Amino acid sequence: MMDSAKTKALPKFTFSENAKHFLVSNAVPIIFLGLSAAAIPLSGFSMGYLVQEMLTRLARNSFLVLSLLIPIMAGMGLNFGMVLGAMAGQIGLILVTDWSVAGIPGMVLAAIISMPIAALLGLICGKLLNMAKGREMVTSYILGFFINGVYQFVVLYLFGVSGILKLPGIDKPLRIPITNPQLVLSRGYGIRNAINLTGIRRVLDSALPASLRFDFGSGPFTINIPIGTFMLIGLFCLFIVWFRRTKLGQDMRAVGQDMAIADSAGIAVERTRVLAIVISTVLAAFGQIIFLQNIGTMNTYNSHEQTGMFSIAALLIGGATVSKASIANVFIGVTLFHLMFVVSPMAGKELIGQAQLGEYFRVFVSYGIIAVSLVLHAWKRMQERERARRGLRGEG
Amino acid sequence: MPDRAPLLRVEAVGKEFFGNRVLEEVSFSLAPGEVLGLVGENGAGKSTLMNILFGMPVIQQTGGYEGRILIDGEEARFQSPFDAIDAGIGMVHQEFSLLPGFTVTENIQLNRESTRHNFLVEVFGERIRTLDRPAMKKRAQDAITMLGFSIDPDTLASEMPVGHKQFTEIAREIDRKNTKILVLDEPTAVLTESEAQILMQSLRNLAGKGISLIFISHRLQEVMDLCHKIVVLRDGRVVKEAKPSDTTVFQVASWMVGRSVETRGESRRQRVETETVLEVERLWVDMPGETVRNVSFSVQKGEIFGIGGLAGQGKLGIANGIMGLYQAGGNVTAMGSKLSLNAPAVSLARNMAFVSEDRRGVGLLLDEPIDWNIAFTAMQVQDKFVKKLLGGLIKWRDDAAMTEAALDYIEKLEIRCTGPGQRAVELSGGNQQKVCLAKAFVVAPDILFVSEPTRGIDVGAKKLVLDTIQRVNEELGTTIVITSSELEELRSVCDRIAIVDDGRISGILPASRPAEEFGVLMMGESPVAVSDAAGGNG
Amino acid sequence: MDKVKKFIENFGWPRIIIAAFLMCLFAVAPLVGVRLDTSISDTLVRVGMNGVLVLAMVPMVQSGCGLNFGLPLGIISGLLGATTSIQIATSADAAVKSGVAQGLWAALSSALQTGARSALLFAMAIAIAVPCAAVAGFVYAQILNRVKGEEMMIATYVGFSSVAVMCMAWLLLPFSSAVMVWGYGGSGLRTTISTNGFWLHVLSDFQSLTVGKFYVPTGMFLFFLFMVFLVWAFFRTKTGTAITAVGSNPEFARASGIDVDRMRTISVMLSTILGAIGILVYEQSFGFIQLYMGPLYMAFPAVAAILLGGASVNKATMVNVVVGTFLFQGILTMTPSVINNLLKSDMSEVIRIIVSNGMILYALTRKTQVKR
Repeated sequence: MMDSAKTKALPKFTFSENAKHFLVSNAVPIIFLGLSAAAIPLSGFSMGYLVQEMLTRLARNSFLVLSLLIPIMAGMGLNFGMVLGAMAGQIGLILVTDWSVAGIPGMVLAAIISMPIAALLGLICGKLLNMAKGREMVTSYILGFFINGVYQFVVLYLFGVSGILKLPGIDKPLRIPITNPQLVLSRGYGIRNAINLTGIRRVLDSALPASLRFDFGSGPFTINIPIGTFMLIGLFCLFIVWFRRTKLGQDMRAVGQDMAIADSAGIAVERTRVLAIVISTVLAAFGQIIFLQNIGTMNTYNSHEQTGMFSIAALLIGGATVSKASIANVFIGVTLFHLMFVVSPMAGKELIGQAQLGEYFRVFVSYGIIAVSLVLHAWKRMQERERARRGLRGEG
Repeated sequence: MPDRAPLLRVEAVGKEFFGNRVLEEVSFSLAPGEVLGLVGENGAGKSTLMNILFGMPVIQQTGGYEGRILIDGEEARFQSPFDAIDAGIGMVHQEFSLLPGFTVTENIQLNRESTRHNFLVEVFGERIRTLDRPAMKKRAQDAITMLGFSIDPDTLASEMPVGHKQFTEIAREIDRKNTKILVLDEPTAVLTESEAQILMQSLRNLAGKGISLIFISHRLQEVMDLCHKIVVLRDGRVVKEAKPSDTTVFQVASWMVGRSVETRGESRRQRVETETVLEVERLWVDMPGETVRNVSFSVQKGEIFGIGGLAGQGKLGIANGIMGLYQAGGNVTAMGSKLSLNAPAVSLARNMAFVSEDRRGVGLLLDEPIDWNIAFTAMQVQDKFVKKLLGGLIKWRDDAAMTEAALDYIEKLEIRCTGPGQRAVELSGGNQQKVCLAKAFVVAPDILFVSEPTRGIDVGAKKLVLDTIQRVNEELGTTIVITSSELEELRSVCDRIAIVDDGRISGILPASRPAEEFGVLMMGESPVAVSDAAGGNG
Repeated sequence: MDKVKKFIENFGWPRIIIAAFLMCLFAVAPLVGVRLDTSISDTLVRVGMNGVLVLAMVPMVQSGCGLNFGLPLGIISGLLGATTSIQIATSADAAVKSGVAQGLWAALSSALQTGARSALLFAMAIAIAVPCAAVAGFVYAQILNRVKGEEMMIATYVGFSSVAVMCMAWLLLPFSSAVMVWGYGGSGLRTTISTNGFWLHVLSDFQSLTVGKFYVPTGMFLFFLFMVFLVWAFFRTKTGTAITAVGSNPEFARASGIDVDRMRTISVMLSTILGAIGILVYEQSFGFIQLYMGPLYMAFPAVAAILLGGASVNKATMVNVVVGTFLFQGILTMTPSVINNLLKSDMSEVIRIIVSNGMILYALTRKTQVKR
């Protein structure tokens, strides 16, 4: 409407403007690449160690990070509500551990149990986010805390050999039976804080073992590749690629760009948004199960808390933004984030003599990158608006 | 051509909004392949008529409509736009509704994509079908070809020039196989001359293939060239139905603005040209939807100066630009010295005030009480309603004085409310407008800009608002610049009226000149053509 | 009936439920062997401790910057004031002992040995904290002005990041006071530092009232009310009015010649300064300075409290602050004692998480409806 009838094409931009545009678009991964490049020699870690570490961490975290992609596609921003899925996954793991179902069947069973829980939580989350359009991120973030309260209530007071909550009219206290004494606190109800997931530890990672031997002159070393996990991650990537080509995926992209236009074209906007969150939450539940099978132990009350933040930070470091993320962002991001994660304490120690400092630096980076990305995203949007405006003004 | 059985018949359609009649006894018919031109001033009822035809929910929510609409001889009462689409009506809106990150193909087939079955559909249902990209592309290509236009179906909407966006919009309607009637609302407004020519040809092609078109445009020459039949709406009624071959542009324009015989006497009052208080030279304003490109005019002290024109042509941008609300450039001299633009505080400090057309968005603090709304600007700009404590160190808000001033204006302007403490959001549109005026009066401005003072308010309030503006002008000698879409309103209060078209002033005439002269200026005809046409006719 | 309905609508269901719940707790308390007098004075102490932190929400809410999830920024400034004041006190004590102090420093040192020591040190803590907070708030405001509409999420993470930065700073800053520095390393501050011997209870004990087990921290209350009065008065000035208008409708304010960004900056600085003062009030009563990750989640209870008091994401009053702080701290004090005695199990943490986050969720998902 405001476009001048005289301007036919967008104006040309000079090379330096284009270069600047490229740098601004990819600022985050470039900065982190630089940081890591400086810190690796400082830390003194060997190449072999780092490669092995990165492979392990890629296998451990990629699935979780991938689960963030679909809500971004639907324009709902970073799904801080993915911790809901993580909690569902942990409930599945507690139950299969109690029932002593081990190995791959244990993992599959945990996934099957967590699926309806995650779907229900996702549904709640999606409905709430539809009530808070425009502030989805804060809302899903606070919802994570809220559901964490509910989760603690269930796991701490309902799970156990005996119960604590008596309802009027019912003789027995309310409880979900967990009998394994290694899981239950000595008081008879509530799950212990640290759970050994012996039954499923690394079952997926070592399902198809493979190792490579290298020799870069600094002595030979072996690298183990968790093929099983990577195959699952590959499958997930294929799913995402395929999903983007379905009608539902197309609808999500449309909703993500403009809810009003999608609505006037007859797309069920709210339902589509709920679906995006449900899918993401269920996948996050699976992701948490894969994550914990690699770690091998579970902190009942803490494991999920960091999941959301670390996954989101990793995705953002990979160059994703609040509104745009690709599979490549996931893998670049997980690698760069964890490289920094491994390297910074040692680098801090070498630099200032305090490993503690490096650890705080790590915390700072995790929080800081999210802050910076959110700010950059808003700032970039302003720049782009300015670019577009300049193109439209025509004469002046 | 119109001999064939009509595809669409509109019979005695009428519509009232809250007792305000906007359409009355509108009837016309449309044959297959016929192109009907629908013309009328802003507020003549065109958009309401189209909303009825397209089943927009706003019609249902406000009590439905009278009369009947028949398609293929059967009565249709659409509950939603989707019903209208099913019945074969397509609509191309003034605003683009394209998704910027989607390609031409994806936009054309939004929510109508060609899909293929896959095994997961059995589990998850129809929405999980895979898109059939080649088929989609072919369909898009077909629709584009049918329009007689060439564009790469893989271009992103965000990277297309405006003209191509318009074609994509139309292609989207064509792609729907059952589209029989296509409504185009100002489709050429954003196009260049040559693009408009191509579009005209495409539309002729479509009509040739049996699709009926309703073409809404203010470019009368295009309407004359393209249409088989012209329907002129004025004040909610069909005042004329004519064939282009039997009429002229000038005649159509005079039907639109109406009251052609009524000639008023000389100007409302003869002003002595005293001194220029406002001098505007080569002003441009970057206001979305109301771009001002190059405007120059001057206003005399004590004058009421009107700015008219059709929606979207830039008339609203002028006051907004001078008051610093949108990015602007050019030379503005107020009260003898140059005004630096783009700073509302500077404009206000020059003792100019502004009543915005966007009452709810800019004009009011909806969640705050009436006295705040009235006093705020004066308090911030002129330190009125402020008690200085500790030798001026603390500027304490004087609530008592604010209440007093509010009570004063509530009485003077007959603002209907429970008291100065009532929140602005709870008032009716007319009373809100009075609050906006009070806010401007309280600063006692030398120049007052008022934009769309009567938009969306009832008849009684309209009169009161206009009378108040005139009274302030007469009693206090305040220079007033009124911007309005309603020509009659401007003619009734102003001394001179400037008409804005395409971001430029197409002419400034004394308010006493006949309405059709203004009408022709609005249609974007050059003043020369006007005098020619007038000469030819008179 | 309509009146009741309207009252409920205005007050909001969650608030009514929580107020009723709190009332039940007070009613049940004596029955399960919880002393009412101690419960009430505990509640009062906590209201006084947290009041100013809740008050720190008001300026930003009023200017349209949303809930101040970036409160840790103010808290950190307060902590800088607190630690510096203790450092000065220990240096002064040492100087007096060795008798090497000269001039002004000598005067200060000897003044610190008098009865005015606590008050002087506390005033010094505030005097250091306020300019720090003003600077931090200014920078913080420049960020928020560039991300309008997304302030809350960004504020949260700016707050978190600043906590992490300060974690590094606590390790590196050249503090030397033995009461603050880790005993073994000789450098780096401890995670908790006692305010005993410096300004413990400096406000609380001023004119305080003790009847049996019933204790009222009069001084702390007076200070809280004084701060409430200051903020109330600020919003009655020309600038305060402009800030409220910016929050109510920024376009309107701009059209009235207000520099919207400047007003937002003032409000953010004010919020940050109040946060800094708030944490000092908190610590003088609590008795400990908590460094490192301590301030991380401190914004959430304050946010929940003001919302509980009836504030929305863009409107807050002094009544909201006082009522909200009382309700929230009341729940926090009463649930552990009453529920624990009832169930013989500590559920207070879970209830705190659910109530506070539930309240924030309610505020975020409530439609900011415009009545016509």
